[in-house]
Amino acid sequence: MSPDTTTTTGSARRGTSADGNVTFGLGSSAGRPDGIPKVRGEFAFSSDLHRAGMLWGRTLRSPHPHARIVRLDVSAALAMPGVAAVVTAADVPGSPTYGLISSDQPVYAADVVRYVGEAVASVAADSVETARRACEAIVVDYEVLEPLVDPERALDPSVPPIHPDGNVVRYLPIRFGELDADHAPIDGPVAVEATYELGMQDQAFLGPESGLAVPADDGSVDLHVSTQFLHVDRDQVADCLGLAPQEVRLHLAGVGGAFGAREDVSFHVHGCLLALRSGRPVKFSYLRDESFLGHVHRHPGRLQLRFTAEQDGTLVSMHGRVVLDGGAYASSSFAVIANAARFLSGPYRFRSASVDAWVTRTNNPPCGAMRGFGAVQACFAHESLMDELAAALGLDPIELRLRNALRTGDRMITGQRLTGAIPVREVIEACRDLPLPPIDAPVADPAQRLAWPGGAGRTADHGDLRRGVGFAVGWKNLLFSEGHDDDAWAACVLENGVATLVSACAEVGQGWVTLAQQIGRTLLGTPDVVLEPASTATIGTAGSTSASRQTWMSGGAVELACNAVADQVAARWAAAHGVDPDEVTVRDGFLHTASGEAAPVAVADALPGERFTATVRHQHAPTFPLDERTGQGDCDVSFAFVAHRAVVDVDPDLGLVRVVHMATAQDVGAVLNPLQTVGQLEGGIAQGVGLAVMEEIVVQGGLVRNPSFTDYLIPTILDVPVVDLALIEVPEPHAPFGAKGIGEPPTLSSTPAVVAALRAAIGRPLRRVPVRPQDIALD
Amino acid sequence: MTSPPAHPTPPPVPSADIGAYELRVNGETRLVESSWLGESLLSVLRERLGLYGTKNACEQGECGSCSVLVDGVLVCSCLELAAGAVGTEITTIEGLDPEGALTDVQRAFVDCGAVQCGFCTPGLVVAVHDLLDRVPDPDELTVREALAGNLCRCTGYGRIVEAVHTVVARRDGAR
Repeated sequence: MSPDTTTTTGSARRGTSADGNVTFGLGSSAGRPDGIPKVRGEFAFSSDLHRAGMLWGRTLRSPHPHARIVRLDVSAALAMPGVAAVVTAADVPGSPTYGLISSDQPVYAADVVRYVGEAVASVAADSVETARRACEAIVVDYEVLEPLVDPERALDPSVPPIHPDGNVVRYLPIRFGELDADHAPIDGPVAVEATYELGMQDQAFLGPESGLAVPADDGSVDLHVSTQFLHVDRDQVADCLGLAPQEVRLHLAGVGGAFGAREDVSFHVHGCLLALRSGRPVKFSYLRDESFLGHVHRHPGRLQLRFTAEQDGTLVSMHGRVVLDGGAYASSSFAVIANAARFLSGPYRFRSASVDAWVTRTNNPPCGAMRGFGAVQACFAHESLMDELAAALGLDPIELRLRNALRTGDRMITGQRLTGAIPVREVIEACRDLPLPPIDAPVADPAQRLAWPGGAGRTADHGDLRRGVGFAVGWKNLLFSEGHDDDAWAACVLENGVATLVSACAEVGQGWVTLAQQIGRTLLGTPDVVLEPASTATIGTAGSTSASRQTWMSGGAVELACNAVADQVAARWAAAHGVDPDEVTVRDGFLHTASGEAAPVAVADALPGERFTATVRHQHAPTFPLDERTGQGDCDVSFAFVAHRAVVDVDPDLGLVRVVHMATAQDVGAVLNPLQTVGQLEGGIAQGVGLAVMEEIVVQGGLVRNPSFTDYLIPTILDVPVVDLALIEVPEPHAPFGAKGIGEPPTLSSTPAVVAALRAAIGRPLRRVPVRPQDIALD
Repeated sequence: MTSPPAHPTPPPVPSADIGAYELRVNGETRLVESSWLGESLLSVLRERLGLYGTKNACEQGECGSCSVLVDGVLVCSCLELAAGAVGTEITTIEGLDPEGALTDVQRAFVDCGAVQCGFCTPGLVVAVHDLLDRVPDPDELTVREALAGNLCRCTGYGRIVEAVHTVVARRDGAR
């Protein structure tokens, strides 16, 4: 039976297997409840929303990375037939700025623009084309200023600040272990040092920023939008509109991928302003070029790193200098730089460490969250340098990693002692032991030339194709850090065998809607679990769909809510049947009596006609800030570890690459849905491969040169490797169901594994990603 | 430096009145009453005819999300002029199974985990139907080459390849 065709039959044990366990519960490859609507084209994404009488919104953006606005005249646009409203900074009734961590980004530029694409004005008109022409009719005179585009210059205190908050968003030093009188690490006898660089990667989700703002008669507004975090959007929108939070209701519209780019608000305030101004629903849907300008990207960066070791390969000390470019506004840079700094050691034991990490403000595009969040940048550096250290020591790179792998009880460089599941050795060994592809050389047969690097676009013969194999290990925190007061709410209503769950957790494609049903099925013993649409109007916050946190946070909230309902049912059932309540226990969704006289009964079927409800708040164990002088503190809840082994074929003359195969072993805690787990790992690996060999937003003098899928390349089905995987299940003690978040780790070490394989194939140092054809083929 | 001067009197927005025309979509004749000459087939399908199953990820012919069949040929509807499609038979995701049930390709996408966010899915389903109509038993490279015009950002394509193989196996089994 398919989970999508489950029907209520009324039988007491419907949907249960012979052993009494509910079908499509936790641990099964339950199908997505939105799967059939999505394959039929019936699922409503945010860009599909429409209302009778709605207007189309569009935003005019700055063409300059840095300029002063000397004149802004919207009168011609406003006079155009079909234009209902035009808004600028002067029309923002509440806070003129917004931001995820600090409110530093203007809703509309008022005096200066600080990046190409900064919003200047928005219009609402009766058609897309009218809105486009109205934007063209807005007159903006700019006095162009010199842009600050070099993050190293941004560190120079003599350079004038481009924003009242200054040109350094955060400086974080880390000082750990034995240090000398100058607070520098004490080195071992073997030292390696190198500088690594990463270009700017884009999340490149397919569903554009889009949605519908609908004004209400009482001056409040409903915004249907694709986002990762409804409540934090709601708070920022309400602030800017000068409304109370409950006067702005956000409803999750179908989300076409996210990967971090929907943590910041995009058109949200613009759409609501226009809707309230015009009194009509306003739809926004960015085109791809506007999407590239309209969301934050992964921070580009430069990481200088030094590792020292004993002759036997025991790591001794590390020193890092990290500069990430945050672009014009802060977004989540404050948290990204802390990840890049504290994960720079790799998942290895050091006696002594120092890191100096900065994230700068420049006139480049703003950067913020993307899958892996700072740990991606760190991983490329620490894994590349581990290979250089192995070469310097004459050791096998995998053996070097095993010898220094963190274990439970070790300290990381923030001084935090690692507790719980720390299976670093296990992921390394499991990945190492996965079989290599059966054929160990590039395909030579011209009939298989599509499998050669370059594929169908290749214009040369086989030439000197070479194969390389590379290995890398990654780690990252799960959940929010540094003392953030994180929580997630959920509610459960159980009536007549049907469980209804309420949560504001954003489904962005990852499979939360499946998991929530699986939890309800397992804990309440019914296949009939309905998850209500996510909205700020029905329940408290779920927190963000980011930081690999929702299985733990919202999954844990749903678990608590279901358990609370099950306990109520058990108590009522005991009373109704004259049984001592202490004699009744709930196990795997069924009521059991201690005597075993009564047959187990599903929680959901125990008391037909009665209604049970529970609303709960779930929190994880508290974390603590990092000391601002030493970077020391217990700032993390939990960690996940992963290893990747890449096999690549390279054409050293043409600089073309084909990533043939990827083996991975990942620390997942427990597998809750095998099919969805595979999907997360394969999808994350594709993004890691993209960063390794093709994906980069090219920024020159503050200008984005490739804001299109013609020029910003993401992997196609021909570019991705075949994936073999091993899932390491060591239950995490305090995590719901023992499960760790799985979304981010696949992006961590897949990138350095590919680059290590390229180095093995062609013998070049390759210290920058993405590796471009000229990096391979030219001197 | 200043931006280009605004049009003192902005040119009129292209008139809706190019005359109504008819399109054959999913076996039905559909009247398009208000469209402008330069409007893409994607835009007309979505905004004039309410067929939102065809998706709008890039609108520049790179991602395949808007794939439809025009006289049996797989095209990006964002690159086709709607008015130029008069007289053709257009098939969208909504018209793949006239009975309103799931096609075997749609079923396999669900069963194999080929759907995550789902934005690329309608275009990919149309493209897989097109491939298997032309090549009933494709090898792996043929599958990948045929679907290389359809971008997916969530799945890494592994489960999509699996879904195609599953359709082929099920069709073989049914023969």
